[in-house]
Amino acid sequence: MTIRLLAGAVLMLTATAALADTAGPAPKPKSRGPANFSGFFSPFPFQGGEAIYKGVCQGCHMPDAKGAVGAGAYPALAKNGHLETAAYPVSIVLKGQKAMPFFAMQLDDQQIADVVNYVRSHFGNNYRDKIKPEDVKIMR
Amino acid sequence: MTDHPIAPSRRSLLSMIGMVAGSAAMYHAMTELALADTSTFKGPIKLSPPAPGTSVLVLGAGIAGMVAAMELRDAGYKVTVLEYNGRPGGRNWSLYGGDTYTELGGATQHVQFDTGQYINPGPWRLPYHHQGILHYVNRLGVALEPFTQVNYNAFVHSTEAFGGKPQRYRTVQADFYGQIAELLSKTTKQGALDQAVSKQDRDILLAALKEWGALDAKHQYAKGLEAGERRGYASDPGGGLNSVPIAGKRIEMNDLLQSGLWAAIGAGLAYDMQSTIFQPKGGMGQIGKAFGKALAPLIQYNCKVTEIKQDNKGVKVSYIDSRSGGTPKTATADWCVCTIPASVLSQIPMNVGAPMKNAINQIPYMAALKVGLQMKRRFWEQDEQIYGGVTYTNQPNTMIGYPQWDFFSKGKGVLLGSYCFGTPAYIAAAKPPEERIKDALEYGSKIHPQYKKEYECGVAVAWHRVPWTLGCAGFWTDEGRAAHYNNLCALDGRIVLAGEHASRIPAWQEGAVTSALDAVERLHKRVVSA
Repeated sequence: MTIRLLAGAVLMLTATAALADTAGPAPKPKSRGPANFSGFFSPFPFQGGEAIYKGVCQGCHMPDAKGAVGAGAYPALAKNGHLETAAYPVSIVLKGQKAMPFFAMQLDDQQIADVVNYVRSHFGNNYRDKIKPEDVKIMR
Repeated sequence: MTDHPIAPSRRSLLSMIGMVAGSAAMYHAMTELALADTSTFKGPIKLSPPAPGTSVLVLGAGIAGMVAAMELRDAGYKVTVLEYNGRPGGRNWSLYGGDTYTELGGATQHVQFDTGQYINPGPWRLPYHHQGILHYVNRLGVALEPFTQVNYNAFVHSTEAFGGKPQRYRTVQADFYGQIAELLSKTTKQGALDQAVSKQDRDILLAALKEWGALDAKHQYAKGLEAGERRGYASDPGGGLNSVPIAGKRIEMNDLLQSGLWAAIGAGLAYDMQSTIFQPKGGMGQIGKAFGKALAPLIQYNCKVTEIKQDNKGVKVSYIDSRSGGTPKTATADWCVCTIPASVLSQIPMNVGAPMKNAINQIPYMAALKVGLQMKRRFWEQDEQIYGGVTYTNQPNTMIGYPQWDFFSKGKGVLLGSYCFGTPAYIAAAKPPEERIKDALEYGSKIHPQYKKEYECGVAVAWHRVPWTLGCAGFWTDEGRAAHYNNLCALDGRIVLAGEHASRIPAWQEGAVTSALDAVERLHKRVVSA
C-alpha cells in the first residue's frame, strides 16, 4: 500500500539505515528520532486482546461493544453474527472497510489475533475457535 | 567531527544530513495534513441562468454545501439545504463558553471558557494561497487576523533529549543549519565536492554557506557573535552600559541529530504552512456562521438523511429529525449536490452506479484530536515570551498551539493543548473526554510547569467520536485515488458529490471550496445542456 504520508517515514528510516551501512556499528540513538514525533502510524502500545480493545477499538465501537449511532453508525460488535468466521474481522482490521481505517501498520499479527479472539469470545459472542498470528500474517 | 565514540564517518554523516533535512519537511507535510496539491481556484464562478424553477437539493451545510448552495442560488436555482446539525458550518466550527457538545457514546461536555475564549476543533488556518475559501471569507465580510505558524521562540521538545528540557525552535534551527553549513564548507574546501561543484561555483558556494549558516570569517559556526543574530545570545545586546552581547554555546551536531529535534523545525517549509496564514477573528466558526446567515432561508437544520433516490425525473431524499427521529419526510428536486462525508454516505442507501459507490466505500476517515485548555493567565507570554505559534513535542499531544489573539492581555487564554493524528488520536478517542484533558495537562506540564497551577477548564474533541463525520477527514491512499477519485467526483445521473474528500487538498477547507465549485460547474453544464 502506497501512502504519501508514508513517504516521510520511509525516508527517515532510510536515513538511519544509511548511517548503519557506512559507519560500522550503528549508533544507538537516545531517541527513536522522528518516529516519536510523527506518531501517525506508530504501533499501538497495548498487548493482549482486552487491552487492545480498550485502548483502541472502543473509541468507535464503544466500551460495551454496542456501537453508536449519529449521522452514520458504528456497528455493534456485541452479539455480532458476522464474527463467526475469524478471518472476516481480521480482514476488516487489516484492510479497513468504508469509514473504518486499516490498522495493518499499527497492529502486529499477535495483536490482531489477540483482539479478534477477545471480541469473538466476549460481549455476548461465544466463538470457541482461536485465530493465530500465523493466520493473520498470511492475510496481510 | 567529534570525539564521540560512535560518531559516524563524515561521508555517511553528510548523506544522512541530506536525507534528514529533506525528511524534516516531509515529516511536517505528514503531521500537519499538508498532503496537498495547489488550489485550483480561478476566481469567482459565473453560471448562466438555468430554466426557471430548476431545483437542487444540497445535502450538508458545511463549507462545500454552502459554497454550492450560494453559487446555485445566485445563478437562479431553487435551492434547499438539508443539514444534520442544528448549526451551519460542519467541521468549520468553534467551541465557546456556554456551548454544549455531545459525542458518540453520549459524553456531553459543557464548555466553560470565558467570553472571548474559544477553540477550533476542526480547521484553524487559512493559508494565503487558499484563494477559494479566502474569496468567500471576504465576500461574507468575515474579519481576519494573522496566524503565526512558525514561532522561533516557541519550543521543540523531546522527553528523550536534553534531559527533557524544551529547546527554543530558534536555537535548534540556527545550530542545525549552521553546523551543516560549517560541515559543507569544510568539505568544499577539501575538494570533496569538486565533482558536484565547478571551480567557479566553489567560492560562491562557500560565500552562500557562510551567509545561510551564519558562519564566521573562518567558516565556523557559533564560535563568535555572528551566530547570535540567528540563535540569540547568552546575553542580548542593549543600550548604555553593560550592553555587550555575550555569545551562547551551540548545541553540538551529534546531540542535535540524536535528539530528533531536527524533525520539528520544518513546519514553515511546507507550502500550506508558509506565511502569510490567516485566521478569522473570533474563531474559524465565524465563516460557517456568516454563510449560514447569508443562506438562512435555504437551510433546514436537524435533518438526518436516510435515503437518496434518483430516477430520470429527479432526486428524492428521505430524512428524519436528527434529534427525535420520527416519521421520515421527503424532499425532492431536479438535481442533488451531496456533501455528506463518505464515512456517513457509505451507510446511506443511494442508487448510484457501482463506480461511485465503490469510490465512496473505500475512503477511511482519519483520527485527530484537539484539546482546548483555559489557563488563568497567559504564562507562555508573561514567563516565556511566546506569542502565538506552535510548540512541537514527541509526546502524544504532538503540538501545543498558543492563542493568536489578545496578545499581552492580562486576562485568561485558551491553549490548544493537543493536536495529534493517527495512533495517539485513536488512543485518545478510546478515553473519556476528561481523561484526554488530563493527558494533555500531563504532557503539557513537561514543557510548561505552570500548567497545573493555572489550568481552569477544558474541552476535548476526538474526531472519531464526532457524530456527523466519524473521523476528521477522508484518508486517501495513492492507489485508492488512482482507482477511484475520478469516479467519486463524476456526476452520476442527477447526483454529484463535493467536499474535502472529493478534492486533492484533503482536510483543508480549500479542498471543500474548490470541490464544490467544480461540482457545481459540471452540474450546471449538464443542466443547461439537458
